[in-house]
Amino acid sequence: MAVPDPKANRPTGAAGGRSLGRLAKATGRVLLSLGLTFLGLTAITFFIGRVMPLDPVLAIVGDRAPQDVYDEVYQRLGLDRPLIVQYLRYLGDILSGDFGISIQTSRPVLEDLVRFFPATLELATLATLVGTVLGIPMGVLAAVHQGRPLDHVIRVIGLIGYSVPVFWLGMVALLVFYAQLGWVPGPGRLDVFYEGLVPSVTGLLTVDALLAGDWTVLKNAVAHLALPTAILGTFALAYIARMTRSFMLDQLSQEYVLTARVKGLSETSVIWRHAFGNVLVQLITIIGLTYASLLEGSVLTETVFSWPGIGQYITSALFNSDMNAVIAGTIVVGTCFVGINMLSDILYRIVDPRTRT
Amino acid sequence: MAEPLLRVEDLHITYHTPKGPVRAVRGVSFDLGREKLGIVGESGSGKSQTGRAILRLTDRRAEVRARMLRFADIDLLSADERTLRQVRGKRISMILQDPKFSLNPVMTVGRQIDEAFLVHETASRADARQRTLEMLRAVRIRDAERVYHAYPHELSGGMGQRVMIAMMMIPKPDIIIADEPTSALDVTISLQVLAILDDMVTRLGMGLIFISHDLSLVASFCDRVLIMYAGRIVETCRASELDKARHPYTQGLLSCLPSLDQKTDRLRTLVRDPSWAEPEGTGP
Amino acid sequence: MTAPTFSAPSPTGVKAWLLSDVPHTALQARCQRAYLAWCAFRGNPIAMTGLIIIAALVLGAALAPWITSGDGIAQQLSDRLLPPSAEHWLGTDQLGRDIFDRIVWGSRITLYIVGLVGVIVVPVGLIIGIVSGYVGGFVDQALMRFTDIFLAFPRLILALAFVAALGPGIENAVLAIALTTWSPYARIARAEALTIRNSEFILAARTQGASSLRIIFGHVVPLCLSSVIVRLTLDMAGIILTAAGLGFLGLGAQPPSPEWGAMISTGRQFILDQWWVPTMPGLAILTVSLGFNLLGDGLRDVLDPKSGG
Repeated sequence: MAVPDPKANRPTGAAGGRSLGRLAKATGRVLLSLGLTFLGLTAITFFIGRVMPLDPVLAIVGDRAPQDVYDEVYQRLGLDRPLIVQYLRYLGDILSGDFGISIQTSRPVLEDLVRFFPATLELATLATLVGTVLGIPMGVLAAVHQGRPLDHVIRVIGLIGYSVPVFWLGMVALLVFYAQLGWVPGPGRLDVFYEGLVPSVTGLLTVDALLAGDWTVLKNAVAHLALPTAILGTFALAYIARMTRSFMLDQLSQEYVLTARVKGLSETSVIWRHAFGNVLVQLITIIGLTYASLLEGSVLTETVFSWPGIGQYITSALFNSDMNAVIAGTIVVGTCFVGINMLSDILYRIVDPRTRT
Repeated sequence: MAEPLLRVEDLHITYHTPKGPVRAVRGVSFDLGREKLGIVGESGSGKSQTGRAILRLTDRRAEVRARMLRFADIDLLSADERTLRQVRGKRISMILQDPKFSLNPVMTVGRQIDEAFLVHETASRADARQRTLEMLRAVRIRDAERVYHAYPHELSGGMGQRVMIAMMMIPKPDIIIADEPTSALDVTISLQVLAILDDMVTRLGMGLIFISHDLSLVASFCDRVLIMYAGRIVETCRASELDKARHPYTQGLLSCLPSLDQKTDRLRTLVRDPSWAEPEGTGP
Repeated sequence: MTAPTFSAPSPTGVKAWLLSDVPHTALQARCQRAYLAWCAFRGNPIAMTGLIIIAALVLGAALAPWITSGDGIAQQLSDRLLPPSAEHWLGTDQLGRDIFDRIVWGSRITLYIVGLVGVIVVPVGLIIGIVSGYVGGFVDQALMRFTDIFLAFPRLILALAFVAALGPGIENAVLAIALTTWSPYARIARAEALTIRNSEFILAARTQGASSLRIIFGHVVPLCLSSVIVRLTLDMAGIILTAAGLGFLGLGAQPPSPEWGAMISTGRQFILDQWWVPTMPGLAILTVSLGFNLLGDGLRDVLDPKSGG
């Protein structure tokens, strides 16, 4: 008595090809968005650096620069040309890595950026890792025990971690754990004693120490990383736990969870294999956002921990009116921020089967 | 009738809300053997809640009480989670309404059906896959291989519901509860799905509880019918004897059905009597 | 007036009017809705805690001249760096100023910043979003590309660069923050406008001869408003933290202004022996930020219950 279902015979080959094509199109759109945002970012920084200050040359060379330096920069900026030409020149410079010379270090800004970026990268990566590894289970637990004391406790921890000014928390933590208790070593990435002992391959001290097989340096690096990672990690944890809880609650009220229970699956399977599987996809975006936020927030935390990363570079550039460095730092951090978010967007599309066809 | 598979006596389901207790099911009693039993009622009559209560999968906030809730020799009321999990799927199963929502969107169809099999049988993945493919063919899905690797959103409503049936029947349960299995489907598709359901239930000798709001559908499909209203059973009769129904609610429902033979100027509407929500004399 | 329909002793007067089944005027209907929303809100402890904190903030700021013993700016060097006591509840800072006073006066600055950002961001977002959603077509595409560019910008870093060029000051900080905050509101407004544009009651209004402008302001805007307000409340904590961060870097209000972030910065050097100097302002920021988050969570629970409250 069966009537054939016309949709039952869909050729997978073509469907597979279609889905790949669609993924490529979506990726293309995201990259276009990235490109446009990058342009927007450079346009704004151009505006900030060249158009807003009354004398852009002074903003770049400082007011104590000799006349020939002033003239040289004036030439380079092409200030007599129309704005759009200046902008295109500016864009060209950036794309070729020429960010100008830094007033404070007298080196090309690009060199400075390369020197300082790994420190920030190391910290942000570790903190995001900590936040993810701790935050996700917390969020799941809170959702599963909704309304009960454990849920309330986790929610409060999440809310506080999310509302606290991270730089202040760092300060207080240094007071307690460094000054009073002496549990962690002082500012900087390594004790002065260990500096330069390990050849700098990646710039990431932990990795470099591992590569060189030097355990003492590794231990010291980790000890220095402990507190800043914990502080930044708290923020990451709070945000991720909060979002995980929200997503899990949403999923746990879905019909397919009931189906899983009807099948006779254990509660653990229902929670982790079914509900969490649907949450994981959404968490990719959240983790990306967290990572990007930590990179951006480094500006404040590195100041507190005297961490020689890009954040501190930008802040001291700020205080020394080193516009080149500030602008360059903004562009780099801004681009990373945007880039990470776009990347997680693409990743999301790859992983979620619903967006694939 | 031989010893009934399922015995429900005086089932009560109450939700304790801030505004006071909401009594969703009020003293429902029935037996089920290897037959097709239909439960008909409008939204809010408590029919779905009854189905979930049998599997002990009502909402966390609901309070379930009964004088007896027995499946074969297992007391479902006092059973612990482990026993219940052995019952669910393997001995009593449930088909949900809309496959768009009742199937896990990020898992392939094949994996979900395999899982239903592997929970209750120690077998290899390859064995499970074999069984799943057989099951998919049994519910008349051609190209079972392709559907095995497909995701739920790639399937049409009718196919999704057939997948649901396959998934719930693979452990060969004794009782299957179908909660509005065709309400989300077009009429023609729903007839196909029902035919498949009928076939499998008859072949495997299962008991079926068919929950629906569609009286004529249930009447044509089931052996016996229970009519529920406001949490109570107001009528019990054989499907063939529906026209001899005694309760005014049933009579009202029947008279509201438009008929091709009789010519009427206006369609009848149901006039509710508040006394139907009250208990009829003393309870069992 | 319709009689209320419950069996308990009937409330009279205003309450009866608010709870009656059939409202007689549009005003009554609106008041009823507001009252019922308030009842739901009141039953949610999270929302209420948030509300209390924010209410305390606003009251504190309003009543500043009366609850403080000074203007928080005048120096009293003989009293520098005193620990918390009965006389100075939160101690004094390095220039002898009472910290409690400074925090209370600083709350005015906080409210000013938050209020100013809101006043800029909401109308801009609404206008762009509604025009985009309502008009559709090429205008929609163009505006959305424009919005998307800003959506991805990193708030703090951009605010930093902005203020670096313009010079420090509250208004510049506000402008910088507003620049990076408005895009989500445009997206929300656009989404609502799109949903509403084709709905039947708009069609009905148009059939009755209502002009587009009237439809937009009379119907579309009020409907967008609730989503926008919830979002704004949730964003406020982030805005406060960003502003505090800018203040910490010396880019916000300038000394001797009692801006909380700046207070942490200047007090930082005293943290070892006079911990209260930078710690108290931080606690203030934490409390206010927490208050807005609680309030926002509560509002969202009340207005959109399925979001996991």
